[in-house]
Amino acid sequence: MQTADLLPLVLVLAAVAYGSAYMRSRAVAAPLGGIRNLKALPAYYAARAALWCAIPALIILGAWAAFEGKVIQNIVMASLPAELTPQSAGHASLTLSQISNLAAGKLNPAMVPDGISSAAVLLQELREQSSRFKSLLVVLIAVLGGTFAWTRVAPTINARKSVERTLQRLFFVCAAVAILTTIGIVFSVIFETVRFFGKVPMSEFLFGTNWSPQTALRADQVGSEGAFGVIPLFTGTLMISAIAMLIAVPVGLLSAVYLSEYASPRMRSVVKPLLEMLAGVPTVVYGFFAALTVAPFIRDLALMLGLEASSQSALAAGLVMGIMIIPFVSSLSDDVINAVPRSLRDGSLALGATQSETMKNVIFPAALPGIMGGILLAASRAIGETMIVVMAAGLAANLTANPLDSVTTVTVQIVTLLTGDQEFDSAKTLAAFALGMMLFIVTLLLNVIALKVVRKYREQYD
Amino acid sequence: MSISMSPAETTIEEGKTVGIPFSDDPKFHLRNVEVFYGESPAIKNISLDIARNEVIAFIGPSGCGKSTFLRCLNRMNDSIESCQIKGSLLLDGQDIYDPKRDVVELRARVGMVFQKPNPFPKSIYDNVAYGPRIHGLANRKSDLDDVVENSLRKAGLWNEVKDRLDAMATGMSGGQQQRLCIARAIAVSPEVVLMDEPCSALDPIATARIEELIAELSESYTIVIVTHSMQQAARVSNRTAYFHLGHLVEVNDTSKVFTMPEHELTESYITGRFG
Repeated sequence: MQTADLLPLVLVLAAVAYGSAYMRSRAVAAPLGGIRNLKALPAYYAARAALWCAIPALIILGAWAAFEGKVIQNIVMASLPAELTPQSAGHASLTLSQISNLAAGKLNPAMVPDGISSAAVLLQELREQSSRFKSLLVVLIAVLGGTFAWTRVAPTINARKSVERTLQRLFFVCAAVAILTTIGIVFSVIFETVRFFGKVPMSEFLFGTNWSPQTALRADQVGSEGAFGVIPLFTGTLMISAIAMLIAVPVGLLSAVYLSEYASPRMRSVVKPLLEMLAGVPTVVYGFFAALTVAPFIRDLALMLGLEASSQSALAAGLVMGIMIIPFVSSLSDDVINAVPRSLRDGSLALGATQSETMKNVIFPAALPGIMGGILLAASRAIGETMIVVMAAGLAANLTANPLDSVTTVTVQIVTLLTGDQEFDSAKTLAAFALGMMLFIVTLLLNVIALKVVRKYREQYD
Repeated sequence: MSISMSPAETTIEEGKTVGIPFSDDPKFHLRNVEVFYGESPAIKNISLDIARNEVIAFIGPSGCGKSTFLRCLNRMNDSIESCQIKGSLLLDGQDIYDPKRDVVELRARVGMVFQKPNPFPKSIYDNVAYGPRIHGLANRKSDLDDVVENSLRKAGLWNEVKDRLDAMATGMSGGQQQRLCIARAIAVSPEVVLMDEPCSALDPIATARIEELIAELSESYTIVIVTHSMQQAARVSNRTAYFHLGHLVEVNDTSKVFTMPEHELTESYITGRFG
């Protein structure tokens, strides 16, 4: 039986275990004078039986699925005659796919050596055996587990406790999945980054002012030296993010002030969702809005003013990105402004301060840490944003301070380095991981600062 | 014998108040005041005079409308959208609710101290200087220093804080915070100070300090105090007004209210039969 069929079967068994344990617990309770005399409610005995039935079986199933392929592979490879034993890793994977294709009937047996075809037969056999064993074992364990729990339905045993404990562990496992994934991502990036720094010195990467990642593919190729200085990328990223923040912070903040202090409840109930809808627009839509509408408009405007502007400009990307992150700033600011206690507002108003004086002198300073947190979160969002800049900012790694020039960003370069047919061990592709690492560190720092600031703010009023 | 001792009035009738609700030279002249939250009435046709430089206490069970009524006097109910106020409310003969009236000027004249101490998260100095700065009462730093010192002295807080005026106000004890709020209110030289249960969040010692302070302040200000503590009303006020379910049932000299109430409901309340 396949894993896909075993899963529902285990669940059915668990349901059966649940039902029978439920019935048994009622039956056990009846002579004692009702379920009040059990240590736990029948549902707990039943849940425990279901857990006993399902969890060990699922663990076995998972472990089997994880190791089955590898073990069978090793046995098959070991069975190959000496002359067919692969010499390199590449050769080994070629031989393996030959064997499995043959086993799957996709390859004509006449076209391969005898050793390979007998290995294919062995592979097929092992797979069938493994599948039979697996089904048997899983069902057996499920039934045993369920039965064990069923026999332990007794008025003196507290099933509630063990169910609680199991659930607690289950929740921990779920939380661990997220954390482990993050750690896994970090490690895979670190690994590639270290390989990159083996090819390009770190000082050149961090302080170089020239970015042109085209390396020679062949020894005789000319003109592709490859330069990996991130400074132009980070200045591009910073410029676009700065333009975005320049738009988003004032607009977002003032709209938050309007929403929380001045708008009537009806106005607020209309405007706030509309503003938050901006956050729901896919970034790719913002991207072509920037590339097709805003960038040409800015170029024409600049030409009218007698300025030279490229058709892909940092300004266009920054402006649109600024609009995109307005809801981050406004929504978070609105929340913290609302969280300022009403008593402070009243205290200021009762002293004869106007609404705007109250806003400026009392509410805003009190909410400032929270607002800063929101702004920093928006900034890390702006720095990591990819789609808009890919479409609107350009690819040229210019080291410039002119927002009308085209610039490129870290994220854009990662995308261009990794798309298309690439070798995964050249400095060019590895550079993407180093860039990703840098970006990760920068946004992580921003997020940590933001969370610290927000937490400090919370302590002040709770 | 016992019949003659019991209060004469037993029923509540809208707009009818027993005792002495009016005065010859009122600071506040309030007639037929009605307040609605949406459709539901919170204050039902109350008429009352608040005399110059008197301390008047508003007492009554929770939800009787005494705080709502107090907040009408400096238009703090304005910020509540659904709140509607009818009737005539005059401060020194001028309509408080005149649409042309500047609410900033009104609140500068009618200060307020709230139930929970609400110092701004600023320094002690900046808290007291907040009002004078907004109203431009002190042009030079030395003037402002004087205003701050005087207000803190009047609030009986100067000696405790004079060495740490730059410390955060939120770090003080509850009683100190409330006295700071009083100092903050009197720093703008109001004519009236409204106090909405100023001691309900304080311990007995801090409460005693505030009550002393009210007695001192009553020489220069008109004070309206809402309180849940009848002993407090008896200790600090000249007159006491008893509110019941949005009605003003009885107003009289404090000693009279607490010894010989004219209304049965007042008697029930002060003897602790409900409330």
